[in-house]
Amino acid sequence: MTGLLSYFIFFATIASIFAIATLGLNLQWGQCGQFNAGVVGFIAVGAYTQAILTVPANPEFVSGIQLPFPLALIASMAATVVIATVIGLATIRLRTDYLALATFGIAATIQLLLMNLDPVTGGGRGMPGVPRPFAFLPPLSFAAIYLAMAGGAMILSYVALERLVRSPWGRVLRAIRDDETAAASLGKSVEAFRLTAFVIGAAFMGLAGALYASFIGYVSPFDFLPIMTFQVWAMLIVGGSGSNRGAIVGAFLVWALWSLSGVAVVSFLPTRLQTQGGAIQAIMIGTLLIGTLILRPNGLIGSDARPGALTRRKLRSLKQNGRRT
Amino acid sequence: MIAQLIVDGIMTGAILSLGAIGITLGLAILRFANFAYAELLTVGAYATLAVVLAMGGTGVPIDPFSFGAYIGLALLVSLAATGLAALVGDALVFAPLRRRSAGPLVLIFASFGLALVVRNLVLLIFGPQPEYYSRELQMAILLPGDIRLMPDQVVVLAAAVLALGALWWVLNHTRHGLAMRAVAENPGLAQTCAISPKAAIRVTWLITGVLGALGGTLFGLTVQLRPEMGANLLLPLFTAAVLGGVGSIPGAVIGGLFVGIAENLSTLVLPTAYKAIVPFLIMLACFFIRPQGLFGQSR
Repeated sequence: MTGLLSYFIFFATIASIFAIATLGLNLQWGQCGQFNAGVVGFIAVGAYTQAILTVPANPEFVSGIQLPFPLALIASMAATVVIATVIGLATIRLRTDYLALATFGIAATIQLLLMNLDPVTGGGRGMPGVPRPFAFLPPLSFAAIYLAMAGGAMILSYVALERLVRSPWGRVLRAIRDDETAAASLGKSVEAFRLTAFVIGAAFMGLAGALYASFIGYVSPFDFLPIMTFQVWAMLIVGGSGSNRGAIVGAFLVWALWSLSGVAVVSFLPTRLQTQGGAIQAIMIGTLLIGTLILRPNGLIGSDARPGALTRRKLRSLKQNGRRT
Repeated sequence: MIAQLIVDGIMTGAILSLGAIGITLGLAILRFANFAYAELLTVGAYATLAVVLAMGGTGVPIDPFSFGAYIGLALLVSLAATGLAALVGDALVFAPLRRRSAGPLVLIFASFGLALVVRNLVLLIFGPQPEYYSRELQMAILLPGDIRLMPDQVVVLAAAVLALGALWWVLNHTRHGLAMRAVAENPGLAQTCAISPKAAIRVTWLITGVLGALGGTLFGLTVQLRPEMGANLLLPLFTAAVLGGVGSIPGAVIGGLFVGIAENLSTLVLPTAYKAIVPFLIMLACFFIRPQGLFGQSR
């Protein structure tokens, strides 16, 4: 029973952390139409900053600053903001598919730096011994407290982003997403709005990374592979881009499917094939994503990407009432 | 030393060129950045491997090369199979999205998902270990200037040049080639001239699939086969296509050669571990200095 409970707590904590990153992506993509193909890069920046700032002295890499957990969280978000601003300033004018290429390349570059800048990041061996807050408590209590913190951070992020997208600022973002020229003709500075949305979205990804580092207690470049970008994207698309609730639902649902398929791989596959279990999980998440795009483009709870678009339901009521509802 | 790096760069560049043509045709005719394209190189390389394994090897090595005559047969099967795979991928994933007139961003995202599925299917079937078509040894040819060249590399270069010639002929002297160029230029106008964009899209997939299979097999011949080989080539390929200018085939060839040579020369000033960053830096520089590329028209 305790086993099941602790597994559930572990699952919910990771899902909450993913949900925060997905909320950040929803601000960039769902609200502003920016294709960020390098989500994992920003998560990694947050995670490594958190690790460097809190880890006890270790001769192998930069360490020994030992900032308290909450301060380090804020600093990690700040570091992600700085990096995202630099990247944003450099890429904000790019066409959407070029932005996708650029952010994809940036995530690959960040991973390469983590791998090779040994004195700062510990290189391929990563950074062990990242302190976990309340780790002196029995494991179950530690897990429960951390879930409360991660879940609390997720709810705070949700509330903050909901207020943000309902504000006049959020309305401008959606106006830019739906018709850039029209928004610009109303005197809105498209670039400034896009940059701000990009940076704020990235800050949430950094927060997710920082929470992840302090929960697992270890960071390694192999934890921040492009597959993580896919996972976060799948969470947003399945849940429904444009909706913050959708982002959270999608994160829990996709992470549940991912974890369950992991359990299934371990329990049903012959040992010989188990090392390739990750491949089966990846095939599944890829298929899920393509299927959602084709069959249910707005996701489970998504808002319609084009508010004026005729959905089947609208079309039916149009036929019945003779006017658009 | 520098001469050797440049020669090696040309070899890598020739393979990159083939893939970059696929990317550039895709960008011009399908009108989205196809992140799944590089997986066609993986599929092609492994399709060749599957035939080679089925035949129990490449046959008696033809001196001075490392492979036997069977690899030619395997390559032919792979070209057909990969062209078919490209068509199937389009029919299953991209055609339904086009029918719903989904935006280019949705197509890009679907291509991400497709790439993930394909790469992991290859991983599942063939395993993560590196594979080779042949483990025969070959003697390097010593050229003036202390340049070493493997006989296989000569074959790679010759095959790439032949493929470029064939492609040029198809695009300039066949109805399908003309239709493709017309759709790339202006889909609406092409349609009023009774050119079906759907047919042109199918021909594009077929041609880019065949080019991908050739590029992947040549890469496997001179380097090695790994399930992530396509994914690792993605940024160099896109860089070559963007640098050359979207839609320009000579541009893609020059872009490919440039990226290949620059990657190799970078080892003079950068630690080898950072070699993989070089294409990306070129791409960024290109975005800022000349976003339309060397031979592209600004749109």
